[in-house]
Amino acid sequence: MTDIRYLAPQTLDEAVGAFAAAQGAARILAGGTDLLVQMRNGVARPGTIIDIKKIAELTSIEETADGGFRIGAAVSGAVLAEHPRFGTVWPGVLEAINLIGSTQVQGRASPGGNLCHGSPAADSVPAMVAAGAVLTIQGPNGRRTLPVEQFPVGPGRNSLAPGEILVSFSLPARPKGSGDAYLRMIPRTEMDIAVVGVGVSLTLENGVCTAARVGLGAVAPTVKLVADAATALVGTKLDDAALEAAAAACRAACKPIDDKRGTIEYRIKVSGVLLKRTVAIAAERAGRA
Amino acid sequence: MNAIDNKWIGQRTIRPDGVDKVTGRAGYAADNTMPGMIWGHVLRSPHAHAVIRGINTAKAEALPGVKAVVTAQDIVNFPLDKSVMLGIQDMRWMCRNVMAREKALFHGQPVAAVAAISEEIAAAACALIEVDYEVLPHVIEIEDAIKPDAPILHDFLKFEGKSSNIAGTMVNKVGDIEAGFAQADLVIERSYDTRPVHQGYIEPHACTVSCTADGKVTIWSSSQGQFMVRAMTSLLTGIPQSNIRAIPAEIGGGFGAKTIIYLEPVAVMLSKKSGRPVKMVMSRDEVFRATGPAPGMKATVKIGMKKDGTIVAGHGVFYLQAGGLPGSPLRGPVGCSFAPYNIANVLSEGFDVVSNRPKVAAYRAPGAPLGAFAVETVIDELCEKLGLDPLEVRIKNHARPGDKAVYGATFGSITFVETTEAMLNHPHYKAPLDKAPAPHIRRGRGVASGFWYNAGGESSAQVNITEDGNVTVTTGHPDVGGSRASTANVTAELLGIDHSRISVLIGDTASIGFSNLTGGSRVTFASAMVVTQSTEKVIGQLKERAARIWKIDPEAVDWDNGEARPAGANAGKFPPLTLKELAAKANEMGGPIGAGIQLNTVGADPGFATHIVDVEVDTQLGIVRVIRYTACQDAGRSLHPSYVEGQIQGGVVQGIGWALSEEFLYDKTGKMDNASFLDYRMPVCSDLPMIEAVALEIPNPKHPQGVRGVGEAGILPGLAAIANAVHDAVGKRFSSLPLSPPKVLAVLDA
Amino acid sequence: MAKVHVTTTINGEPVEFLCDPGQNMLDVLRNTLGLTGSKEGCGTGDCGACSITLDGRLTCSCLVLAAEVEGKEVGTIEGMAQGDHLHPLQQKFLEMAALQCGICTPGVLVAAKALLEKNPDPSETEVRFWLAGNLCRCTGYDKIVRAVMETAAEMRGAA
Repeated sequence: MTDIRYLAPQTLDEAVGAFAAAQGAARILAGGTDLLVQMRNGVARPGTIIDIKKIAELTSIEETADGGFRIGAAVSGAVLAEHPRFGTVWPGVLEAINLIGSTQVQGRASPGGNLCHGSPAADSVPAMVAAGAVLTIQGPNGRRTLPVEQFPVGPGRNSLAPGEILVSFSLPARPKGSGDAYLRMIPRTEMDIAVVGVGVSLTLENGVCTAARVGLGAVAPTVKLVADAATALVGTKLDDAALEAAAAACRAACKPIDDKRGTIEYRIKVSGVLLKRTVAIAAERAGRA
Repeated sequence: MNAIDNKWIGQRTIRPDGVDKVTGRAGYAADNTMPGMIWGHVLRSPHAHAVIRGINTAKAEALPGVKAVVTAQDIVNFPLDKSVMLGIQDMRWMCRNVMAREKALFHGQPVAAVAAISEEIAAAACALIEVDYEVLPHVIEIEDAIKPDAPILHDFLKFEGKSSNIAGTMVNKVGDIEAGFAQADLVIERSYDTRPVHQGYIEPHACTVSCTADGKVTIWSSSQGQFMVRAMTSLLTGIPQSNIRAIPAEIGGGFGAKTIIYLEPVAVMLSKKSGRPVKMVMSRDEVFRATGPAPGMKATVKIGMKKDGTIVAGHGVFYLQAGGLPGSPLRGPVGCSFAPYNIANVLSEGFDVVSNRPKVAAYRAPGAPLGAFAVETVIDELCEKLGLDPLEVRIKNHARPGDKAVYGATFGSITFVETTEAMLNHPHYKAPLDKAPAPHIRRGRGVASGFWYNAGGESSAQVNITEDGNVTVTTGHPDVGGSRASTANVTAELLGIDHSRISVLIGDTASIGFSNLTGGSRVTFASAMVVTQSTEKVIGQLKERAARIWKIDPEAVDWDNGEARPAGANAGKFPPLTLKELAAKANEMGGPIGAGIQLNTVGADPGFATHIVDVEVDTQLGIVRVIRYTACQDAGRSLHPSYVEGQIQGGVVQGIGWALSEEFLYDKTGKMDNASFLDYRMPVCSDLPMIEAVALEIPNPKHPQGVRGVGEAGILPGLAAIANAVHDAVGKRFSSLPLSPPKVLAVLDA
Repeated sequence: MAKVHVTTTINGEPVEFLCDPGQNMLDVLRNTLGLTGSKEGCGTGDCGACSITLDGRLTCSCLVLAAEVEGKEVGTIEGMAQGDHLHPLQQKFLEMAALQCGICTPGVLVAAKALLEKNPDPSETEVRFWLAGNLCRCTGYDKIVRAVMETAAEMRGAA
């Protein structure tokens, strides 16, 4: 029998202390929708489980003074969906987080867990990358911040140092005329892992795209920020040529694998299709904002 | 029996087991516990193909908390050279499927099992068992398994004089196909391939077994037949049937796969060795790796048609995957594919191919959906190219009563024509369809039909009148989808009493006579027959009691609306005697009132279905969605219409999953790569529209209420109907299932 | 390692139990507390048969550590009827035959109840997406969706 300890600290300092002390034998429990599955399958055999949901900073949603948002890493998708303003400011980020699993999973799963689990197909990550989210991370050596796209370093691997815990996501304030969107391709309508996922955030002024970010998931070892796709959009009226150039940039950014969820050829092609569709939704939202 | 006169038959009554099932109180297999119970766990082969040179269980046995270890040595060995059949199951294969013997034939095959005081210790002990494997090259796909240089799974299997993975063949033939094709104006030949699919019941296999010192065994398990559990466990453990009592738990779905057993003999031997009750529950991972599935298929179908739509010849060659042990359902595609039609010249050939996959189990009209997929898409293409309406062509060619089927039977009162005519005249078939609602969206409509044999077989029922004048009915087949509700309706109708006064139970093997499996679309047909005859005997007894009380001839008593009434010359002479009054006097007037019937039921007419489906194709992503579905079957008489519709709707959606998203995927080592509900994609609620079930009621003259079995046929047409609809939408033919987005997009871009 | 002592509320009643720190709530409900109405179809959060509510929020009990329910309110299928009085969803499922084998039914009912508490007037699409995590292999979902919508309409009428 494997001995496991369950800890539910009230403060981040306690959590970081316990996590660092366990020297790699501990796992952080947020929603648990990945961790409990890994434990059942024998993939994870933690010596200590540190439940971070009793720590206020990790479970709160805050509107910052500058008009941005700070989302605790352990906030569940269902709680975020009930926030009165978040979904109107960042609809794409919210729809991406709300695509993680079933209603039941939504009651537990968090953007922090989704990111830390390290799947290249994590739904929330391309939208967070497009949104320009900045992470707050706390460890034995204190706090630091990191752009979200720099967090994953490979499938199942991230840039957290030993003992560090992901605390929150900070999303910037939105200029007028901004919109974001996330689309994924799955074979069913629900309950699948993304075969391709595309997040787009952009700003329009008089119909001209003045800023854009594109996040691309499930087509490479990590979610990618596709700068070339954004470049292709900025300065255009999102005409067909611009969209095709951005789609081509997405296709070029793909380094996918053949697996049970999709083929290389299919993923590359679909990344371009989804880019165009996602831009259309984001632009439509920007036009209303 | 005239439908309009029925008070209970045809009513949507509340099922007798309903409240337990909506409150969480119904007892399924994994819900049972016994005093002193311990837990069993199975060690499974990590190799797709390996010789088992030896098994050392010493370390496992030494682990504290371990109470028993079982290997193939503890299961009865049926030698490979002699077939021992139980129904359609050969015990040579079953004993090896339950516990690998000479060889591991698929990843996940049981190799040993442990019982211990906790699940964790049992699992830990399994990890301590040392199995000496000689790993062999494996083969997964049919095309690889039948190559001359393929790894051979079973040396003793010979085909055309040589060791082969072809384990068996089956041929149905009428007329002369060459002569038939010569008459055709158009001949189309197409090849098909499909992947294995799992039955996908939500309840994993589970059992609790108690083997006591006097050699008596009690099994509480979920299956499609407690008598099958008893018989197969008896054969595989050597314990006589009289010492085994199999108690049917509520069953959480089976769809054919629970017509065989996996855990029960192992649990019996663990219980026997440990002297403790043993509980075993499979994980979903184990269910996917080691139970079911339905076979995948490689097939070639050739059909010839005249310009007027007459089908003149058909040739089908169907290779089915058996899994690691022989026994794929060849009679499905071989016998059923051409059976909807009266075709003068047919040759239908089947080959049973072993490969290193789990042994297949029955799944809703076993094998038949595969054959229907091939034949019904070729017919669609013939109709398209000859400019004919596909439903009218089917009606023109449908078999009619008295026609002889390719599998040998002469059809009785079949209603294929009426069923397809109902779809031809259905508003769905004529409804306009916007075929291009958006630049990258195309819509299309498809139709197809399908045939299944249906079955009668052995059934038993006991109807007893309680001392207070109410009724208990016991039958011998598990209720998978509302059969108790139908039984209650029939009994209430015949006795003329309120439905609520009848309690319907499923008996265990010691409390009711032999009853065959819940399968083959037989239970409503057969149980209504034995319940009717039992109830009629009870009514005879009630009339006899009344006659005795009134001192008149029993022939002069009528049973009407729940009471005995003097009839004929005595009419009106005595006040009627109610069931309650007669029950109160039962003991003084001849003893308890009750009757049982045990029958081998006959007269089941085939199952047949015709479907219409509309699909929507995203031509940029290759995604196919079903947007409208109408399915028609003749139920003969719907004893409980809701559960007839439910059978049709459930079958349709399993067909949609088979067509669009379900498949077994393997990695290079021969290990299933998608053994979870996350990656084995069964349709979820948001994938589907409402499913319109059209149940015709043209009575089967050989059944007291007119029943025709409905359980299976609903799964048959969907695979072809959807492929035909996708063709209608995008103009391309698809011959490989599932129609997964990458596959569809590849064809669209080709 | 020592077991964890948990004090919680299940279906409105105070409950205490001991669990292993790594044990999930489904296992405790079924094998420690005898509440076998929650079913295990997968153990990985993909089928919904073990659905419960945790402080009113729908989740899969197989995805919750038992130790996490300390101080929380757990709702299971066993708490859905009030004594002999079935919840309107339970009654409607019986009347409309929205179950066949019944193994998914407890999870579907718990999920549907959570939906109607949040959204008394769901569209068919909303019902279908809310229930997408509750696999049913028998019914094709048709009668389930109809029963949920019909119940919602009746409950709105009664309110």
